[in-house]
Amino acid sequence: MEITEKMVAKTATKLSADEIQKGKVLSVKWTPKLKYAWDNGPAIGRYLAELKNGKIIAKKCDKCHRIMIPPRMFCELCWVPTGEWIYVQDTGIVNTWVVSYVDWKATRLDIEGGVRPLTPAVIEIDGASKGMGILHHLNDVDPWKIYRGMKVKAVWKPPEERTGAITDIKYFKPIK
Amino acid sequence: MRKVAIVGAGLTKFYRNVQETPKELAFEATKMALDSCEMKLSDIDCVVHGTAPDAFDGVHMKGEYLSDGSGGYRKPYMRHFVGGGTGCFSPIHGWFHVASGMFDTCIVVAEEKMSSAYPHPAGAFLTIFDHTTEQPLYPTLIWIFAIEMNRFMTTYGYKKEDIARVAVKNKKNAMDHPSAQLGAEITVKDVLDSEIMAWPVNRLDISPTSDGAACIILAAEHVARRVTEKPIWIDGVGWALDSAYWTTRDLYYPDYVEVAARQAYKMAGIKEPSKEIHIAEPYDPFTYKELHHIEGLGLCKKGGSVQMLLDGVTQRTGNLPCCPSGGALGVGNPIAATGIMKVIEIFSQLRGEAGKRQVPGKPTCGLAQAWGDLMQVGTVVVMRS
Repeated sequence: MEITEKMVAKTATKLSADEIQKGKVLSVKWTPKLKYAWDNGPAIGRYLAELKNGKIIAKKCDKCHRIMIPPRMFCELCWVPTGEWIYVQDTGIVNTWVVSYVDWKATRLDIEGGVRPLTPAVIEIDGASKGMGILHHLNDVDPWKIYRGMKVKAVWKPPEERTGAITDIKYFKPIK
Repeated sequence: MRKVAIVGAGLTKFYRNVQETPKELAFEATKMALDSCEMKLSDIDCVVHGTAPDAFDGVHMKGEYLSDGSGGYRKPYMRHFVGGGTGCFSPIHGWFHVASGMFDTCIVVAEEKMSSAYPHPAGAFLTIFDHTTEQPLYPTLIWIFAIEMNRFMTTYGYKKEDIARVAVKNKKNAMDHPSAQLGAEITVKDVLDSEIMAWPVNRLDISPTSDGAACIILAAEHVARRVTEKPIWIDGVGWALDSAYWTTRDLYYPDYVEVAARQAYKMAGIKEPSKEIHIAEPYDPFTYKELHHIEGLGLCKKGGSVQMLLDGVTQRTGNLPCCPSGGALGVGNPIAATGIMKVIEIFSQLRGEAGKRQVPGKPTCGLAQAWGDLMQVGTVVVMRS
C-alpha cells in the first residue's frame, strides 16, 4: 500500500512559532537550572594542572607508541594502561577549521555589526603523534586566510589569571 | 537465526513544529503501520522504540514516557539510542528480537520532537562534548560538521558548488514525498547564496529541525508470508562505533560506516556493493554527508562520490539512486524518525509502492544508513524483496 498525502494529512498539525509565542496555543515553559561538578580523573587532572603552569602534557602508549593528547590513562586502541608523561609544544598546525556565524545556541553573531566570526579548529600539536589534535579557537588572523597546515602557537592567559582549564589558553594564533 | 521481514509501514507528516505531543505522534505512525498490514496491537509480541537525546524534549525516561503511544502497554518494550544513527539502529534492534526466535512480531517505532527546546535544540547539544576539554570552548554541532566537511573537501579538492547539488537533488525529490517539510525546486546558486552558518556550511546545506514519527512492523517468516504477498527481508545489518576522541581521528573518511557496511554486506552475501545495491538512502543531515557516506558504504571508490553526483548516477533515474525520498534535507530530519523514514523509502521502492517517487528498473536490493553521536556511529540495514 502506498503511503499517500491523504494518509499523512491528519497525522500532525502544523504550528507556527507565532502561535506558541503569542499564546494562541497553550504550552508550558520550564527553564532548567542544573549544576554539575565534573571530576576530571588523573589524566585530565594533570593536563589541567600543567595548563595552569603554561605547559601542555601528553601521555604515551608503550604498545603503539602514540603520544596522545589530551592525555589518557588507557590507550583506546591497544586497550592497555598508558606509560610515561611527555611534555609537548604549545605550537601546532591547523588540521581543519570553520568560519562560524553562529554561537553554541545556533544564535547568529552580529557579523554585519563588526563581530568577528568564530574560528574553531582542530589543531595538531607539535610533539604529539601525527594527527593528534585538540579543539580550540583561532584568533589574530583573518578568518578567510586560514589554511590547512597553517602553523599556530598558543596565546596564554597571564599566570595569575589561569585556573587550570582549557581556557587558560586564550586561543591559537599564526606564527611564521 | 530466523529470517525477518518488514511487513508494514507508517509515518506522520514532518513539520518544524507540530501541536501533537511525542506520544501522539508515535501513536499516529504506529497505527498507520499496523493498519497498512491489517494487523492489530494484539498481534504484536514486542515493541522497540528509537528516540534521540532526552534533552530535546526535556523529558527524562523518554522511552517510558513514549511507550503508551508506541503500543508498549504490558508488552516487552525497550528503548534504544545511538545519536543520529538511532533511526537505522531501530530496525536492527527489532531484528534481534525476531531473528533470535524469542518473538514473532515486533513494532519498531521512532519519534522525535525537536521543537520543544528553546531558542534552538542546538543548545541542548553542548553537553555531548567532553565536559572538561571541549565544553568550556562553547562548541556547537554545526561546527564539528563544518570541521568535518572542510577536511573532506580539502582532502579531495571537492568544491562547494558541486556538493551543493546534493541539496538541489534531495529537495526536488522531496516534492513527491507526502510527509515532506522542505520539498522545493532550488538551484546551486540558491545554496551558495543562502546565509553562512559556519563556513563551509550554508543554510541550505543543512537539514531542518523537525517533529515527526515513523514506524515499521517486523515479522518472522511464517507470519510475514501470511500477512503480506510482498514481504521485504532484512538481509544484512551492521553497526559500529568509533572513538569519542574525535579530534584525533582523520575526519576525511567515516571508517565506522565502512565497518558497519562490511558487516551488513557479509551477512547479506554482498561482494560488490556498487553493483549489487540498486538503491540507497544514505544519511544526509548535511549535503556533504550524503557523499561522505556513499564513500564509506563502498558505493563508489574513495574520492569518487562527487563525480558520481555530477554524472547523475545518484538521481532517481540514475544507476544508483540515492535519497529518492528527498532525504533529511528535503523530507525533514526528526532525528530517529528520519532513519526509519529512510527504511520505509527502501521498503516502498522494493515493493513498487513509492508512487511518484518510484525509481525505474524494479530494484530488488536496497540499503538505508544513519550516522551520529560525535561523528562516530554508523548503522546500516540491507533489504531485499
